[in-house]
Amino acid sequence: MAQNVKFRNPELARSIAEKIKTVAPKKGTIKFCHVCGTHEWTITHFGLRSLLPENVEVIAGPGCPVCIVPAAEIDEAVQLAQKGIVITCFGDVLRVPGSQSSLLEAKAAGTDVRIVYAVSDAVQMAKCEPQKEFVFSAVGFETTAPITAVEALGDLPKNFSFLVSHRLIPPAMELLLGVGDLQIDGFIAPGHVSAIIGLEPYELFTRVYRMPTVVAGFEPNDVLMGIYMLLKQVSESDARLENEYSRVVKPEGNVKAQQLMKQAFNVTAGNWRGIGRLPESALQLRESLKEFDAREKFDVHIKEGRDINFGCECHLVIIGKIKPKECPLFMKTCTPAKPVGACMVSSEGTCRVWAKNVAAQA
Amino acid sequence: MCLAIPAKILDLEGTKAHVDFGQGVLREVNVSLVEAKVGMYVLVHAGYAIQVLEEKEALETLSLWNDVLASAGE
Repeated sequence: MAQNVKFRNPELARSIAEKIKTVAPKKGTIKFCHVCGTHEWTITHFGLRSLLPENVEVIAGPGCPVCIVPAAEIDEAVQLAQKGIVITCFGDVLRVPGSQSSLLEAKAAGTDVRIVYAVSDAVQMAKCEPQKEFVFSAVGFETTAPITAVEALGDLPKNFSFLVSHRLIPPAMELLLGVGDLQIDGFIAPGHVSAIIGLEPYELFTRVYRMPTVVAGFEPNDVLMGIYMLLKQVSESDARLENEYSRVVKPEGNVKAQQLMKQAFNVTAGNWRGIGRLPESALQLRESLKEFDAREKFDVHIKEGRDINFGCECHLVIIGKIKPKECPLFMKTCTPAKPVGACMVSSEGTCRVWAKNVAAQA
Repeated sequence: MCLAIPAKILDLEGTKAHVDFGQGVLREVNVSLVEAKVGMYVLVHAGYAIQVLEEKEALETLSLWNDVLASAGE
């Protein structure tokens, strides 16, 4: 598609940046928050912050589903692995620190931990090796949860179950609005979560909190345009819900995916690493699918773990309160090769993104 | 993690489709979550198509950008 080129066109980016300068306030500072690791990647990789006026800041909120999985849920996976159960997971879950050990360390100690590209690959493995029990560590926001739902409601072999760690994004956004000294002036809402949930869940932010909100795509010009649309609202003292990413995000979202999620999951309170317990922010397999819930099947229920290691400031990075560079461990004792905190693990973690794209230029 | 990549559907069989991510990268993906047709572009996340890409909307976005950039004053 030829228009792909335009979504990345540097001339167009410069023109949008010029427009941003004309509409940005001349006095005071403006702070927008996104909640998506892919947005952070686009912003740092393409150096978009350098195109913004000095008084316009974009911060990264809790947009990395791997980073916010609490240590206790990694501990559950490690414990299952130690019982001889095959643990399957996405690649970036492997190195997330648990209280004692990550899944990678558990693998190094001799347990059977396997990376898969898709949950269907894990199901296939379970079908091929019926003598073993398989558990899939189901991490992810609303983008990923419908996929777990498809498999959970599908034709699963008896030796397969899920360790569900899915979380929902709108409750985390609402939490950010309650962090007094964060003072956000607008949200860049996550494009691919929105592809599933649609626009309606964000109406709360414009209606109740008067917070300008724009759903944006992931090409550099999408993000710049999203920032322009937010600044325009700020200049008009308005708070609207706008959709920059209409080529993917329909107002109603993906209705089929939403229905499958409802069929498969209950919404419940959930712990977020570095944040704490948020009401109605986590998904749990319904009673009727209990046989595929690894926590029930193997009676593994770990309530608390050590989420933050000594000196690590992931809890402040996750809510956008500090930049990775302000953490004393960043690129000193905490590096992509040897992460101390969860934000340094996933390719979508804010620290990991900065380690690759910012530290090199510093 | 919510990374999703556009791909073109080459052929379909039930809930499975062969897709082309471009530059010769082919893979089987699951299309249970979308109304898939051969030739359309879908957004693929972790082996599943999560949404259909609308070419009309993409072109409209670009035309909207041009309107914004062309608008005088402000």
